Amino acid sequence: MEQHAIVRTTDVKKSFKLGKHTLEVLKGISLTITTGRYISIMGPSGSGKSTLFNMIGGLDKPTSGKVFIDEVDIAQLDAYELAWLRCRKIGYIFQTFNLIPVMTALENVTLPMTFGGTGSDEAVERGMELLRLVGLDDRYTHKPSELSGGQQQRVAVARALANSPSIVLADEPTGNLDLNTGEEIITLLKKMSVDRGVTIISATHDFKMLNVSDEVIWIRDGLIDKIEQRDELNISVGNIG
Amino acid sequence: MQRLVALPFSKSVEIAYKSIRVRFFRSLITTTSLVLAVAFLCYVQVTTDIANGLLHGTVPGSIDALVGAGYDVAPGSVSIGETAKQQWLVVLSLLVCVVGIVNAQLMAVTERFREIGTMKCLGALDRFILRLFMLEAIMQGFVGSLVGALVGLLAALLSQTLMIGPIIFSSLPIGTLLLTAVKGIGTGCLLSLIGVTYPAITAARMEPVEAMRAE
Repeated sequence: MEQHAIVRTTDVKKSFKLGKHTLEVLKGISLTITTGRYISIMGPSGSGKSTLFNMIGGLDKPTSGKVFIDEVDIAQLDAYELAWLRCRKIGYIFQTFNLIPVMTALENVTLPMTFGGTGSDEAVERGMELLRLVGLDDRYTHKPSELSGGQQQRVAVARALANSPSIVLADEPTGNLDLNTGEEIITLLKKMSVDRGVTIISATHDFKMLNVSDEVIWIRDGLIDKIEQRDELNISVGNIG
Repeated sequence: MQRLVALPFSKSVEIAYKSIRVRFFRSLITTTSLVLAVAFLCYVQVTTDIANGLLHGTVPGSIDALVGAGYDVAPGSVSIGETAKQQWLVVLSLLVCVVGIVNAQLMAVTERFREIGTMKCLGALDRFILRLFMLEAIMQGFVGSLVGALVGLLAALLSQTLMIGPIIFSSLPIGTLLLTAVKGIGTGCLLSLIGVTYPAITAARMEPVEAMRAE
């Protein structure tokens, strides 16, 4: 079966100006990510992992090179189309959860649906369904401050899935969680990827992620160090063990 | 075009209202300066309105009461104006109030960088953010100026009663007083909007990635 490329980058470079110096963070990254897979982007901090991640998510524009999401060059999109892409095609999960503090769990989940034009009854119904999926349907009236870190992240997972996106981008989703809770979130993400066919791309340096990833992209100094598929990965992990 | 994100107006109002309610004390600080400025504006104008009411009234002894209270009433004069000093003070107080609102709103926006960035990641357009802040400002402006106008009105009635005497109630220009209060509320809403414009535009234009980076 031919696999559809949901994300494709061609020779993406990004540099930042720090005073008089120009710092090249990404030095030409070309990769293709196919639909429905669970991808981890691994690399030490400062490797350009987060920058690459922001490019893929359409949150930042490359200095040169192109990023295609679903075969659409995101540099060509205007503000409205970009907003639509972020709303319908991509779900975001952040290290710091980033739920809207003044809204309840349910309102947080239904907000992207409202942006997407879903009527409020349908949004509530689907929101509750998603909260049930992440096991928080009995806490839908709680504000983020009344939820634990793991619970907040689960609400964030539900929110990311609100508009049934093709891609879920998770930036260090387990970075602020303890070991067990982190594992729960990883299992949840994997389940979503398998059940719903969502492509999950996560930037991380959490080795627990390796177990569930279909593909691991290692970034070092702004370049792709290596790309390992799941079967290769098992061997290398075996070697370490 | 079908590829358009939307935020219905009623939903914006709901979000704005909740934001204010949750940050009640911060909103209170922003609003207090507005209350004071509008109260002062209304106080000065209502005082003059009452004096004018007496001047135009037919109640015997009004003019004497006015003169007794220190008003310069020349024979045949048709109205009592605010003194230049009073007008100057009112303008200054409104100006200080706007600066205060800009300051408070800039801080409020900074506090909410992450929230704004998150909303933009979820697909919010610049104008959704702008609209939310504007709505919050109008709500705060309306409530603040309403309170301010009432405070100003009552203070003016009280002080004129003490200065001129209960005679003012015999020819109280109710219509003019209400009009003054409405004008005061309008001015307050306008000031609140002017004060929020710059902070709101700054917030709305922010790139999501910048907003997220802000710790």
